Amino acid sequence: MSGGIRQLDLDAIRAELAGTHGADFWRRIQEFVDEPGFQELLRRTFPSQTGRWLEGDRRTFLRLMAGSLAVAGLGACTRQPEEAIVPYASRPEALIPGVPRFFATALPRPTGALGVLVESHMNRPTKIEGNPEHPASLGATDALAQAEILTMYDPDRASPVLRLGQIASWDDLTAALEAMLDRVSHDGGRGLRILSGHLDSPTAIAQRSRLLERLPEAVWHDWEPIDDANVLEGVQAAFGEPLQPVHEFAAARCFLALDGDFLMDDGLAVRNARGFAAARQVEVGADFRPRSYVAEASVGPSGSIADHRVGARPSELEGVLRAVGKALGLAVTAPTLRPRLARFAAAAASDLEAAGERALVTVGRHCHPRLHQLAAAIHQRLGAIGTTVTFVPPIDPRERARARGITALVGALNAGQVDALIVLGGNPVYDAPSDLDFRAAYLKAQLRVHLGLYVDETSQLSTWHVALAHALESWSDTRALDGTASIVQPLIAPLYAGRTTHELLATLMGRHGVGAYDLVRETWRALRPELDDGAFEVFWKTSLHDGVIAGSAFQPVGVRPARLDLGAPPPFANGLEVALRADPNVFDGRYANNAWLQETPRPLTRLVWDNAALISPSTAAALGVESGDVCTLEHEGRSLEAPVWLTPGHPDDVVTLHLGYGHWAFGSVANGVGFDAYRLRTTANLWNLAGVTLRRTEQRYALVTVQEQLSMEGRRPVRTAPLAVFAHEPDNVFPIHGHHDYGDASMYPDYEYPGYSWGMVIDLNSCTGCNACMVACQSENNVPVVGKAEVALGREMHWLRIDRYYEEPVRGEELLVHHQPLLCMHCERAPCEVVCPVAATVHGDEGLNEMVYNRCVGTRYCSNNCPYKVRRFNFYRYADFENETKKLGANPDVTIRSRGVMEKCTYCVQRINHARIEAKLEEREIRDGDVVTACQQVCPTRAITFGDINDPNSAVSRLKARPNDYGLLEELGTKPRTTYLAKLLNPNPELEPGR
Amino acid sequence: MAQIFHPSFNTLSKVSIFGALFFLVVALWAWDMLLRSPYTTQAGVARDQPVPFSHKHHVAGLGLDCRYCHTSADRSAFAGMPSTKTCMTCHSVVWKDAPYIQLVAASYRTDMPLRWTRVHDLPDFAYFNHAIHVAKGIGCTTCHGEVDEMALMWREHTLNMDWCLDCHRDPEAFVRPRERVYDPDWDPREITLEERRQLVTDYHIASLTNCSVCHR
Repeated sequence: MSGGIRQLDLDAIRAELAGTHGADFWRRIQEFVDEPGFQELLRRTFPSQTGRWLEGDRRTFLRLMAGSLAVAGLGACTRQPEEAIVPYASRPEALIPGVPRFFATALPRPTGALGVLVESHMNRPTKIEGNPEHPASLGATDALAQAEILTMYDPDRASPVLRLGQIASWDDLTAALEAMLDRVSHDGGRGLRILSGHLDSPTAIAQRSRLLERLPEAVWHDWEPIDDANVLEGVQAAFGEPLQPVHEFAAARCFLALDGDFLMDDGLAVRNARGFAAARQVEVGADFRPRSYVAEASVGPSGSIADHRVGARPSELEGVLRAVGKALGLAVTAPTLRPRLARFAAAAASDLEAAGERALVTVGRHCHPRLHQLAAAIHQRLGAIGTTVTFVPPIDPRERARARGITALVGALNAGQVDALIVLGGNPVYDAPSDLDFRAAYLKAQLRVHLGLYVDETSQLSTWHVALAHALESWSDTRALDGTASIVQPLIAPLYAGRTTHELLATLMGRHGVGAYDLVRETWRALRPELDDGAFEVFWKTSLHDGVIAGSAFQPVGVRPARLDLGAPPPFANGLEVALRADPNVFDGRYANNAWLQETPRPLTRLVWDNAALISPSTAAALGVESGDVCTLEHEGRSLEAPVWLTPGHPDDVVTLHLGYGHWAFGSVANGVGFDAYRLRTTANLWNLAGVTLRRTEQRYALVTVQEQLSMEGRRPVRTAPLAVFAHEPDNVFPIHGHHDYGDASMYPDYEYPGYSWGMVIDLNSCTGCNACMVACQSENNVPVVGKAEVALGREMHWLRIDRYYEEPVRGEELLVHHQPLLCMHCERAPCEVVCPVAATVHGDEGLNEMVYNRCVGTRYCSNNCPYKVRRFNFYRYADFENETKKLGANPDVTIRSRGVMEKCTYCVQRINHARIEAKLEEREIRDGDVVTACQQVCPTRAITFGDINDPNSAVSRLKARPNDYGLLEELGTKPRTTYLAKLLNPNPELEPGR
Repeated sequence: MAQIFHPSFNTLSKVSIFGALFFLVVALWAWDMLLRSPYTTQAGVARDQPVPFSHKHHVAGLGLDCRYCHTSADRSAFAGMPSTKTCMTCHSVVWKDAPYIQLVAASYRTDMPLRWTRVHDLPDFAYFNHAIHVAKGIGCTTCHGEVDEMALMWREHTLNMDWCLDCHRDPEAFVRPRERVYDPDWDPREITLEERRQLVTDYHIASLTNCSVCHR
């Protein structure tokens, strides 16, 4: 979208901003300053397609059209190809062909596992849902978990065992490992080093102890680019032992977050989101809602839905928390803060004080351990330990000392002490801190074995690469952050002959050919010695069925009074600071080859297929750069070239860089996407860099964002209302528009719905813009990816998008951010239906706006007439019809669309039909809650409710009766079936300007 | 001024116009015939199978119930095809030396499935559910024809959308008592139209004709 618009006139923006008052919605800066060129561009539905019309004259055009028509017609008369039915030779028990089954398992992650249920169609996993029994999931998942299906089927994973890049066999590898063990074992294993991520699997932990017992001179190192080391260190400083805080958001009555996104970038993010939304639910008439205060060095979902959010430099965050601690009476010194931060800290402190034991303070994993220590002390001071926060032992009982980390390993490698290095998962050549020069050190080990999902950067430099089995293909076990253990069970035999960590470790112990299943069972047999064989079988089956092992959560540890020896506050940094963060979509880079995640717009920036150096508009003005300028960032002699992206609301003098991009040898999707921010990361500064310089180069880079397509033409898409008005004067919630008072100006007769009538409500108070619904929809409905170039033309296929708006606040100082999930509204008076010349989009008997692909001829009139722009046209055959393994992952209940058809949200009609058939087979009506759409099911905050609006008692009807319910653009008379609950604003009066 | 066109052009133009119209109509008719022909619809065309299984022998001759092999017809969208093991329940004893049964036995022995040619194949954009049709009193033979008379299996009906809609718009013409659903000898004349209407009411048959019932 860049390029067509003239350079930003930043002076004009500032002049405009200076005169602002009242609420104004905008989504890009050009729109805000109302540039004439921008308005002209918007008048076209797909701006960058102008000039893409056919080259040539009228005759060529007619010839091509006639030819296409003839070919299209002939194409339709082919005979149906012959198909085969291949039944089982002998059918497994309990499998009914055509009926999907769900299996409970868990997805291991570096900071705690997420329990999931996986839908399996004829033993092919197709969709991941949350496991309601699992404490980290509570029935929901995040976007990353949804996308695991695609990773599992990813054909780029198809790598057998490789020796120096040549195909070898597992037997060759075991022979090589045995030869190595022969060399080192008489020396107690001296020379053998193992590098893994943090172990969360009881089986792997047990295997590690046995291995180190057997080979006492061998050394096990661990390295996780994104972890909670600072948290554990801070809690250790406070309480004397490294403990993991587990927060209970649902119990809290006031939230303060210092950096770190508790809704996305946290081991229990899904659970946090659920608790956060539950605590902030307001019933009609209630005028209290817990306030959320967020001070952050970047932009993220948590800050975007906070009642008060301030942007702060990373070096200022400690001062903010110190000020809060001081105001709460703790013995800490606080520096002099900027007035805005000081007011924020004072207001947050008084609200926390009022909440008392139900106050909750979270500190991001990027923050210095001192902040975690202080947060623990604040909780203790308020009496919140046991209510909103408990402390549990970390998953891996071994102390995560940095001494045994990757730094020590590199030291040993450089000293020539390493004969064999076995890398279990991870990709250290890519993600190790750049000052270690792991790449050079790695080559000094003679035998280098890498177990990994992809033939990645580390594999390229290894003597052996072994394909790692995906979590959905493996037997294993894992723990959530709170200690809850789950058995990981495979949904399918390893597609690409991958092996688990357990199998490789067993081979190292001389136990060849012992499967991971037996190893995991052995672990739990040993952990449950009190059970006899029969009882163990019951325990095993129950644990597999439930997806959690009963009673395995860690008991909260009692803590002593916190030590608070913070000393004097460190000075604020000068110059530009850089915040290095896990990417919301590709995390530390491990999901970089996942096209679903690459094409899902990043929260807030809505960028796709790239990361960018995010800076605030005023910093950009000061530095003389604008969006798309490639800049050189320099820190302590390391430099990096990255395109800049102006991000409203971003703290000034800070650059956010997301890790996980710029792979050079990972997979066909990941390679060359974005820039590699790890190059600035050093062991001393894993998260925040100070004293960075940024210089503009002459180059430009095309960043693609989806938010800037289409415009709301000055309408009010997101409505807000003060909480007090909602509570006490419900009739005045919408003083301007009134509530549902638009007359029916249609000439068409009303539809009648004697049976069901489907509808949806989306609560804008709960939506955090986390994207889980987008990826869930993609997985459920076989929505294809189109690639960066096509997205730039506005051709992305997402049926569900999340619009992000900025609003200049009436009260308060910080920019307000609104997220609005937008899917087909299923209008009662649908403008699309009446313009379709072939009746391919029609109104169903239950109110659905139905899309019939096999009728669609691709006129695109419907999309043209849709005021919400939720219809997507399949310009090319975006879906993969060729790759056999990718086909396995598609949902068989939804058509895979070919080119030339319009597609859009169906309200998951396959799920409605399924529920209807189930109900009819049981001779009953469909009950409220029987139909759960994919977006609704995945939503961590339960912002989406779906159901029958003919039933006044259904959850959706009750929400639609709320005074803050409104239809998007309802003034157009479309009568949308999807409505929104207006966002209620509850600012702290202390923070109003002028006070 | 002399005439530009010779008088015979009148005839020529008439013949051309009407001839073209005629050819157009014939072409359209032929096109339509082609679309309805067994060549396109495969209706009435017996399909080759790896093992020439005879429904006639197993159903009419031996009296096997449909569900003995098609086990999930009343529980799933897919009626189910018998696993080789199902065949071997009898054929490990009966006709075990017959050459065709050798293929079946080999499949069972090697755990390699048989590949049957699909006879009733809906387009991939149409979703059909056996269980609900069976539950609503639509018998097997209503759609699949007189299977007990078919030595090799063929498609009895076109499976075109108009054929589906014949019943979805007028189920009382086809409904039968649930206990007779699997009966190959059912004759619609056994009960009156009145009684069939009663069944439509009793079974709560909704006659769904929304596009999204089958297309999604």
